[in-house]
Order: sequence, then structure tokens, then C-alpha cells
Amino acid sequence: MKTAAKVAMAAAGLGFAVGWVRQSRARAETAGSARREQRNRWRTVTVNKPVGEVAPDSSLPQPLAALGDSVEVRVTAAADGKGTEIGARLRSPEPSGLGSLADRMTGRDPRQPVRAALRESKQLLEVGEVLRMEPQPAGHRKPDPAGKMLDAIIERAGAEGVL
Amino acid sequence: MKALCWTGINKTAVETVPDPQILNAEDMILKVKLTTTCGSDLHLLGGYIPTMRTGDVLGHEFMGEVAEVGPAVRKHNVGDRVVVCSFISCGRCWYCEQKLFSLCDNGNPNPAITEVMWGGAPSGCYGYSHALGGFAGSHADYVRVPFADEGAFTIPDGVDDMTALFASDAAAAGWTGADQIGVKPGDVVAVWGAGAVGQMAARASMLRGAGRVIVIDRLPERLAQAENVIGAETINYEADSVAASLRERTGGRGPDICIEAVGMESDSPGPQYFYDKVKQQLRLESDRGIAIRDAIHACRKGGGVFILGVYGGVVDKFPLGAVMNKNLTLRGAQQHGHRYIPEILSRMARGEVKTAHLATHVMPLSKAPDGYRMFKAKDDGCVRAVFQPGG
Repeated sequence: MKTAAKVAMAAAGLGFAVGWVRQSRARAETAGSARREQRNRWRTVTVNKPVGEVAPDSSLPQPLAALGDSVEVRVTAAADGKGTEIGARLRSPEPSGLGSLADRMTGRDPRQPVRAALRESKQLLEVGEVLRMEPQPAGHRKPDPAGKMLDAIIERAGAEGVL
Repeated sequence: MKALCWTGINKTAVETVPDPQILNAEDMILKVKLTTTCGSDLHLLGGYIPTMRTGDVLGHEFMGEVAEVGPAVRKHNVGDRVVVCSFISCGRCWYCEQKLFSLCDNGNPNPAITEVMWGGAPSGCYGYSHALGGFAGSHADYVRVPFADEGAFTIPDGVDDMTALFASDAAAAGWTGADQIGVKPGDVVAVWGAGAVGQMAARASMLRGAGRVIVIDRLPERLAQAENVIGAETINYEADSVAASLRERTGGRGPDICIEAVGMESDSPGPQYFYDKVKQQLRLESDRGIAIRDAIHACRKGGGVFILGVYGGVVDKFPLGAVMNKNLTLRGAQQHGHRYIPEILSRMARGEVKTAHLATHVMPLSKAPDGYRMFKAKDDGCVRAVFQPGG
């Protein structure tokens, strides 16, 4: 693969790294207060439905329900008629530090299933099903390192991000 | 089936790939009749937008015939002749309800990539990298169309295939720019770029009542189309000073509205081009911002600037001082075609929007790699290369 392609792939990886560093820095900035009070962050999506349709009889969408007792969940009306906010946060302390980067890259970070469940719940509530992507047409996939790195990024792309 | 695949930087090949399948209840499978190159594809080909994987099927601007529908599709039947918006939108999230369809929350299955890059994820787009969903593109015999009732539009009987093709993206983008920046009757509108999107932005501005529309480019054949088919005035930036000419034509004020339809690979005859080219090659900036800088400088005080050209990352020497001190309104968007395609098709049927002239080179899909080479080099006056799968 040409240098430009490698640089492009590196840029994609760098983007994730920058995102991770930003989040790590944010964690570091709040480390003092975190030491005083361990606090996991609420991760929240807004669903374009009224509260009564999002959690009828206080039941949760299946992807969130499947997380069981590992998360707290709150359902509140969004401001200005924008629908319903569904928030979830881990009951166990969120991982941090360099070790968490390896967990994120290998799909073992406990925040990842929370993000994925929130996004899938939103899709189920708004459109009735989760958009599927495989199988779909593609030509020859070169098994080079850059391609494998992109494959890893894509595999985590529903469970990472700023959520 | 056959499909045009990205095989590396500036390399494509027609390969045999698996047929698409119905994966969701609202999917349809479209037999592609016409599918066209777009200037924004060149950013993918050149490696300027990362997250392309070898083997990805290219193409996002297309029309064809419905071959199969999922069980939840209501508006379309097998055999219907439709044009499909290049962006994939659910029609039911908050952004879709606001008619900001390319911001759809549910059309991009890889949101993390663009959330990290931009702080939020736009919707998905056919054949436009894994950052925009990783959907297989339309340069193929068949393509899967998710949310088919939302994104596919029946073509009126009076509109031929080639005209309708450009409602998919180029015209929809032009309409997005003119509408979102609020072109009003009597406005002077300047459009940077006389490619298909620029010409359509010019036409959309005219139909919204603009008093004068001035299109800027360097390629004589494109400027001739803008003048003779669209009815715009033109400036060749290699032969004239754009800023001085615009001031001269607007009583010294500058255009009320400036629409940038060039994107991250813009150029100029001056040293600015070499400065940006070097920085881009060294990856010290991802995008060359020559056209958008010029548009911001040229715009009248209190005017509006709209970015239709595709940008992916960061631009150096961005004139933020001009934006602030001249009280400019600056907006940008991927196209919200779901909002505009019905109007565009109606206007096409009435002969108010002409697009077939854009298809300067029509060829079978098997020749698509040659088509992209010609399109990239702008050889033989190529404005758009259009491929005919199965041909």
C-alpha cells in the first residue's frame, strides 16, 4: 500500500487515539473530584418518541434490558418536545488509564455494550429494527495491516464514539 | 454481479462481487440503469478521506428499476422506475422530522468514526467510505436501498432516465445550498465551481428568484454549460480577478450569497495553491481551502456563505476574522435530498431543470476505470462520466 494510504489509515487510527486522549484528559481534569466521589458518566440518547411509547409500563427496550443489573437506566422527557432521553450508566467503576485503551481496541471495555445498546434501542423505538450491514457486496479485501486496522475500527464503530 | 471497486489510491477495478440482499424489512434491491461519477468521489479515490477499504463498491448518484422489495416497503413495487437519494435516512428521527435528512440518527451504522472526527455523525451515504456507513455503492448491476420508502422517488413519466439521474445528488445538493442559505428574490449569488453541483446550485438560485447568478471556474467547457444551459454569468478565474470582477458587477458590495461547490481539492493559479498543496501532501492540513477563503472574502458585509463542496477535516488559514467582522452567515451541509427531490422531479417534468447535458461521457460499467481517469483529469471536456451497468 502506498504511503498516502498508510497515512490515511494512520489518520483514522489517530482520530480514535485523539478521542481517547481527550476523554482521558477530561477524566484527569476531574480526577480530584472523582477521588472524592466515584461517579460514572450517564450515557444518553434522545429518542423521537414520547415517554409513554419509549418505556410502556416501565419496561425497557430489549438491548438495554439485556444488560441486566450491570447498568442503571433512567428515562426522562427531553426538553422542548424533543422526545425522550434514555440514559444508562455502569454500576461498576468505569475503566481508565492505559489499560482501558487495550480493552477498547479489543472490545472488552464495559462501556461499549452500553453505547451499542443505547443506539440499538433508539433505532428499534424509532424505526422498528436495527440496520443490518452484512452480508453485502464487496470485491477483494486485501489482508494488509492497514485494512485489518480499519476492520477493527469498523467492528467497534457502533460501540464507540462520543456517546 | 459486476461492480466497480476501490482497490487502492487512485486505483479502481471492475470485479465480480456477491449480489446484494434484502437485509431489513424496509430494503429494496434496485437494478441500476445509470450511475455517475461525482467530484466528491475523487477525494475517496485520492485517499483524502480515510476509512476506504479495498474492495469497497463506489458510486452514490444513481437511478434504476426496482428489482425486489422487502416486506415493509409500501410506496414502491417491482418494475418501478426510481431515482434514489445518495444519503440514507430513516425519516423518523428528530433530524429527519426537521427535514435535515443528511443528519439522520439512524442511517449510519458506524457513528463512532465521524463522532470522533467531527463531534457528531451525519447519515450514511452509498459508496462513500466506512465513515459514512460502509454501504456498497451504485456502480454495480444491483444495489441495496435501505429505508426505500424514504429514499427512493418514482420518476414522472415525462422525465427521461438521464435527466432524472442527477436528481439523486447533484441537483439535490444545489437545492440544499440555495435553500439553506436563504437565497431571496433579487439576490446576487456567486457560485464557485461549474461542475454539476455548482450548475445546479446556480439553477436553484435562479428558481428562487436571484437577480443575478455568477458562476466561477477555469474550465471553458463547464463555463459554457453554465452560460448556455443554466443561463448564468461566468468568471474564468485564470483569466480574470474574481474578487475585482465580483465587486465590479455588484456596485462594490460583493455578492449577497456565495456558494462554494468545489471542496477540499480546490486550486488556483496563484501561490496559494502551492502553499495548500504542500501542506496537504505533508498532512499538515487535510483539505485545501482556496475556494472557501475566496468566497468569504468576496461576500458582501452581512451576506451568506454556504459550503456545498465536501470537506473532511481541517483547513489552514481559514479567514475567521472576515466571518466575524463582516457579520457573515456561514453554513454547510451534505445534501438533504429527501426534502428537495420531489420538487426537482416536478420541475424536471416541466422542463425547468435541465441536467442531461452534464453526462458528457456515457459508457458501460466495464469501462468505469477509464471513466474515472477521464473524469479526474477532466480529459475531453468531461463533466460527468455516466456508467450503464449491464451494458
